[in-house]
Amino acid sequence: MEHARPARAPLGDGARRGERQARVNTGGRRLTMKSGINIVVCVKQVPDTATVRKLRAEDSTIDREDPNSSGVLNELDEYAIEEGLRLKEAHGGEVTILTMGPAKAAETIRKALAMGTDKAVHLMDPALHGSDAVQTSYAMAQTLKKIGFDLVILGSESTDARTGLLAAMLAERLGVPQLSLANKVVVDGSAISIHRVTDYGYDRVESSLPAVVSVVEKTNEPRYPRLKEIMAAKKKPVTTFGIADVEIDPGRIGLAGAYTEVAEFAVAPPRAAGVVVKDEGDGGVKVADFLTSKKFI
Amino acid sequence: MHRLSEEYEALRKSVEDFAHDVVAPVIGDYYEREEFPYDIVRQMGRMGLFGLPIPEEHGGMGGDYFALCLALEELARVDSSVAITVEAAVSLGAMPIYRFGTDEQRAEWLPRLASGELLGAFGLTEPGGGSDVPGGMRTTARLDGGEWVINGTKAFITNSGTDITGVVGVAAITGERNGKPEISTILVPAGTPGFTVSKKYSKVGWSASDTRELSFSDCRVPAENLLGERGRGYAQFLQTLDEGRIAIAALSVGLAQGCVDESLGYVRDRHAFGKPIGAYQAIQFKIADMETRAFTARLAYYHAAEKMLAGEPFKKEAAIAKLVSSNAAMDNARDATQIFGGYGFMNEYPVGRFYRDAKILEIGEGTSEVQRMLIARQLGLNDL
Ligand SMILES: Cc1cc2nc3c(=O)[nH]c(=O)nc-3n(C[C@H](O)[C@H](O)[C@H](O)COP(=O)(O)OP(=O)(O)OC[C@H]3O[C@@H](n4cnc5c(N)ncnc54)[C@H](O)[C@@H]3O)c2cc1C
Repeated sequence: MEHARPARAPLGDGARRGERQARVNTGGRRLTMKSGINIVVCVKQVPDTATVRKLRAEDSTIDREDPNSSGVLNELDEYAIEEGLRLKEAHGGEVTILTMGPAKAAETIRKALAMGTDKAVHLMDPALHGSDAVQTSYAMAQTLKKIGFDLVILGSESTDARTGLLAAMLAERLGVPQLSLANKVVVDGSAISIHRVTDYGYDRVESSLPAVVSVVEKTNEPRYPRLKEIMAAKKKPVTTFGIADVEIDPGRIGLAGAYTEVAEFAVAPPRAAGVVVKDEGDGGVKVADFLTSKKFI
Repeated sequence: MHRLSEEYEALRKSVEDFAHDVVAPVIGDYYEREEFPYDIVRQMGRMGLFGLPIPEEHGGMGGDYFALCLALEELARVDSSVAITVEAAVSLGAMPIYRFGTDEQRAEWLPRLASGELLGAFGLTEPGGGSDVPGGMRTTARLDGGEWVINGTKAFITNSGTDITGVVGVAAITGERNGKPEISTILVPAGTPGFTVSKKYSKVGWSASDTRELSFSDCRVPAENLLGERGRGYAQFLQTLDEGRIAIAALSVGLAQGCVDESLGYVRDRHAFGKPIGAYQAIQFKIADMETRAFTARLAYYHAAEKMLAGEPFKKEAAIAKLVSSNAAMDNARDATQIFGGYGFMNEYPVGRFYRDAKILEIGEGTSEVQRMLIARQLGLNDL
């Protein structure tokens, strides 16, 4: 349960600055597809949805170092990785994994590398603890500017916080187009087009590269790590950056400066027993009344 | 000593996830229809499971036999039909070609076998006998004009009649040496004229796997299809079966563990006399025994595999592993079915499937009696 607080510093300012920088590093560059696509897939380690998730009593953040709860690669990010690998297989290039998280997130990096990605960047710094979506997008954007990219792919949300905000925030900060909620991604030269899932079907959205894409569940069939890549993963380069390495301003990250705060949390109550409608000739009306009362119709 | 390395653990987890996400939801239907699960096999191929112990230069994953065993255990925790399909394809089909084949034979078959595009099979057992192979063997092959001419029948051959079966290694009598039959193995590609595959057997278990009778009637293949040396067939399959026993042990441990997994869930939900049945000590002790059997059987196969990979003699250890783990599978399947009560007797519950799949583990790739004979022989009791 996150409750928004009034923003302390105008977000636009930082974002604008980020945008200008992004233009310099990526926006102005003409893409030469000869060398393939430089793809960065952002991934996150999240608590396993099959286990009980714990929040730390002292600051209401997820206990990401709890040895009893296993951290797993955010399920939606598997689709992002698979999409990155497919684009690389079709066009050449490289897939780099980018994650922000504590030391334990290295497990998730290994899994992502074992799926066949080429290298990884781990943004890790105690100062990042408790960063909310706005701050995380700033930290990730700084890192992306440092490492460079043609295409950034993300899962549409993480299964822990479920804000679904990062792709949009990153695109804004990097000053590149955002193509969100894709279930199909096609790159043609320096153009990209996606199918954006909607309630009524899909929209086709096109832009030029560089761009940020978020993919939804079931976009593809994520591959399971194979032994060959599991063994190769050990030898793949993993670069660890602290905040200073990517010029992150410590005042703009971390729990103390977060734009949102978890005011309180409670365990979800067990599901109440359902209502059984007995049909005594008026079953249809009763069902309709029930649905109306719940505002379904 | 028996802690998995990071790579083995990552592989185990990958196969566990695959079995859970991909196999578990659909395998019951395949089983009930006695249908071969081509789509699952395709995905297992994509995952590299058919190439685990085969070097990368032959299209494999560059792992070892223990990696295969870990994968088989995780598959069999969910379903034995898919596990035996991989076991027979790799351990009986591809590995003899890798170990004994010529460069040409390896180049022709291994890349497609390792990727799962084609399945391999091995035809040893005959209608007249499986335990006493030389005694029961009637299939013959004679050289005629640069070709082997094969005649005879093979019984119970796994993976021999699927749409993607590529090649069957056929053990046949190719002559006589010192008054004993000379046995050789000959590679027979699927579809060779004179090689016919009967319709599938109706089996008690392993219902989504492919098992058939094969007949050879003046079936001709080129002389180069001889696998390894002429007259080495007996030695080849003794080696193949020693390894295969560790693989069957791993598969059995998987089934035994699957029984524990299923039971642990059920005894929390099922209530009798006002409590979850798992609260009763009679049930708890059953599950404790089941877990103990699975655990000790796992140690036995880990140990046999460790000796094998170290290049040490492992015949006795492999036989022990197969004996205790097939026992564990059978006992656990019986107990798990008991714990599930009437539902345990229903095919729609995995434990019903486990019950049907367990029995063959005490029979295939050497019966329990044969394992005891091997162990006794290794203890020197044959010289009495
Ligand atoms: C589903 C399935 C799949 C199979 N897949 C394959 C395959 O892919 N390739 C292949 O070649 N074979 C395969 N087999 C055959 C299997 O390996 C044989 O069934 C097994 O080796 C036993 O041989 P048998 O059936 O001829 O039994 P028999 O050898 O006739 O044995 C009958 C009984 O006598 C016992 N017995 C035999 N000799 C002795 C002795 N000296 N002392 C005490 N007891 C003894 C046995 O233990 C057994 O209990 C498969 C079988 C099945 C059911």
